[in-house]
Amino acid sequence: MDLIAVAWPYWHQFFFIIFATIAIGFGFGVLLSKNVVRMAFYLVLSLGSTAGLFFLAGAEFVGAMQLMIYVGGTLVLLIFGVMLTAQKDFINMDTHTQDWILATIVGGSLLMVLLFGAFGAEDWRTPQDINDAHVSATKEATPLGLALTGIRVDTLGESTDAVADGKSGYLMPFIIVSFHLLVVLIGAAYMARTKKLSHATDDKSSRAKLMLFKMEHEEEPLEEAKYVVTHKGKSALNPLDPNDED
Amino acid sequence: MLLIGTVTVSWYLAVGAVLFVLGAVCMATKRNLLGVLMGVELVLNGANMNFIAFGSKVLRPEGSLGLDGQLIALFVIVLAAAEAAVALAIALNFYNNHNTVDVDRANELNG
Amino acid sequence: MADFINNIFGIGDSWVGYLIAALIAAVLILHVVAVGALLFIWMERKISGRIQDRLGPTRVGGKYGWLQTLADGIKLIAKEDITPDLADRFLFKIAPYVGLAASYAAFIALPFADGVVAQHVNTAVFFVLAVLGLEVFSVILAGYASGSKWSLFGAMREAAQVVSYEVPLGMCVVVPVMICGTMNLTTIGNMQAGLFTNWLVFNDPFTFLTAIIYFTCATAGVNRAPFDLAEAESELVAGFHTEYSGLRWSLFFMAEYSSMFVVSALASILFFGGSHGPIPVGQWIGETIGGTWGLNISRIIGVGNLLLKGLIGVTVMMWIRWTFPRLRIDQVMTMCLKYCVPLAALGFIGATTWQYLDLPTANSLVGNPRYEKHEMWTEGVEVTPAADASPASGIPDPEPHQEDKTANADSVTVKTLPVSVVKGGER
Repeated sequence: MDLIAVAWPYWHQFFFIIFATIAIGFGFGVLLSKNVVRMAFYLVLSLGSTAGLFFLAGAEFVGAMQLMIYVGGTLVLLIFGVMLTAQKDFINMDTHTQDWILATIVGGSLLMVLLFGAFGAEDWRTPQDINDAHVSATKEATPLGLALTGIRVDTLGESTDAVADGKSGYLMPFIIVSFHLLVVLIGAAYMARTKKLSHATDDKSSRAKLMLFKMEHEEEPLEEAKYVVTHKGKSALNPLDPNDED
Repeated sequence: MLLIGTVTVSWYLAVGAVLFVLGAVCMATKRNLLGVLMGVELVLNGANMNFIAFGSKVLRPEGSLGLDGQLIALFVIVLAAAEAAVALAIALNFYNNHNTVDVDRANELNG
Repeated sequence: MADFINNIFGIGDSWVGYLIAALIAAVLILHVVAVGALLFIWMERKISGRIQDRLGPTRVGGKYGWLQTLADGIKLIAKEDITPDLADRFLFKIAPYVGLAASYAAFIALPFADGVVAQHVNTAVFFVLAVLGLEVFSVILAGYASGSKWSLFGAMREAAQVVSYEVPLGMCVVVPVMICGTMNLTTIGNMQAGLFTNWLVFNDPFTFLTAIIYFTCATAGVNRAPFDLAEAESELVAGFHTEYSGLRWSLFFMAEYSSMFVVSALASILFFGGSHGPIPVGQWIGETIGGTWGLNISRIIGVGNLLLKGLIGVTVMMWIRWTFPRLRIDQVMTMCLKYCVPLAALGFIGATTWQYLDLPTANSLVGNPRYEKHEMWTEGVEVTPAADASPASGIPDPEPHQEDKTANADSVTVKTLPVSVVKGGER
């Protein structure tokens, strides 16, 4: 990377503009598309090029993790959900016009504020001289892993004790996050499980109601016959999986 | 002209801001529950972009957050995965119970 | 290579050289993908034929029918490109390219030999796995966009399967990363140079276990039989590519075969010595000749080694495909969640313990020294010596910062946390 920087000083800008354009363009695609599956596809491309921006900024490990966890895991889950719920009525859903107007106004003003902030600070706007030693110093996976286990190797150079104490690693957040993930795993599995049990009880209760109904109207065989017919009609439909037609 | 200027933190912040706003507007306008979720993902990525930009030594050797930026970005990614799992579970539950993914019809708790 | 090209044209240190070098690398990788797919499809036919006591293709291109795939390719190009009425046309058309792009992009960070790599990525292991994982999107999009229930079923199965199998796959990959102390594939490969006892698969029993689990999960991850539920002919016509025809259909197969090669090559780099043969012939030849030529010759031998190992891996996958019956979808998920994940966890914990206790490895049993351990960050980084020293301390001391400031890099012996320098990264 640093070698290329010597050869062609604009490579960073070039790739930045490519990735940023893809990210923002497909972000707009997510916003403006009505088809939920296409939205998911645009989101994949947008987040993938965001990973490219992370690589450009020197955060290789985070970029790879973005590709692996976010794009490869989370978005697959999301698309999974999309496909489970993508019935005909829900694929294309229109938004009310007043919602659009309101959201555009609020979003536009938010964007103005954020951009004003982004370009407002002098320190962020002015480029600094990048010496190649820093550019090539992207081997940050090991310090990252050590920081997650509570050892900060990158702050050792700073000699003040306050820094050494205050930046003593991310072991606690790491453990909290791992427990959080475990809880989420169990919780999500519990919530998304198939509700066969409750359906069965529902059936049972309806059957009990039917029994009560029958007991009450035992003298009226006509009613029962009617019910049986409808019941038969239903049960004739049910076992036929719609997928087995044709 | 843009090609000749040096990439600074501000550029990354601008991209992050645009992604954030797109996600926020997406959350506000989409009626599909999963579309709202996608907006959340975009918002999280816009925020992540800021952490990466401030933590990058390539963009700003002096005064960068250093490793902290990347670490927080990692935590954001992990928590986003957790959030997506729970949100999807909720969405599927909602779909199973109400046969719809239209968030406007999730108004049972209205007083 | 860029310097070399710039020297030829005499244009100093120009970006033109980098562009040409990048193009050459891209074309070379494209040839690995395309020609590899041609070869692998022919191999698949011959191997399946032999396993089933048949001859396989015999006519096109001489006795062994080795031009059969090319003839098939021409037929597929000539076929009509059909898009079903119910299809989402845009996604339907773009889906095969997504898969091909993903498995093609995985080659970017894959080192074919020491220094023979398109782009050095310091986190190459995860980059390759992550990019390869994106291939699932092509299957999902194809399945959804086809507008056919068979395709949709295949895609759903694929999504569930791939997301599940990425967990044990990632856990298996972490073991060599942990032993070598780096995520750079070049360095991991170089640390296994020398006799085959140096290969990580023979490091300890747990790495052996991990290698087997890795290969199983990789087979499932690239959607090969017996885990090819997404395209189970007996149940789902042809799964996600039911509605595809012609060139787009063949693109799916190019993606599948090239990702098969990628996971096999990754397996050989992580566990089976990478570009180093069982006996260090290439290294010896290179050192005997010496100089740039020696280096280049040993590199060429290394590339041959890696290609051969990848080919063996692909052959084993084909062997498995034509030997084992296809699993049911619930058996696939059971295998992942009940067997592969716990075994991968066992392998990881075991390998960590082995490493921590410094138990003997195959390499030390035959009298060779343990892996060459380098100091961390020897070049290109401005860090104080104290910063170098701290990871070596392994277990955090009560006040690591205070002590490490006085520590000297020279006095450090890397023991519990072997942190190796990423030497290939600078090349």
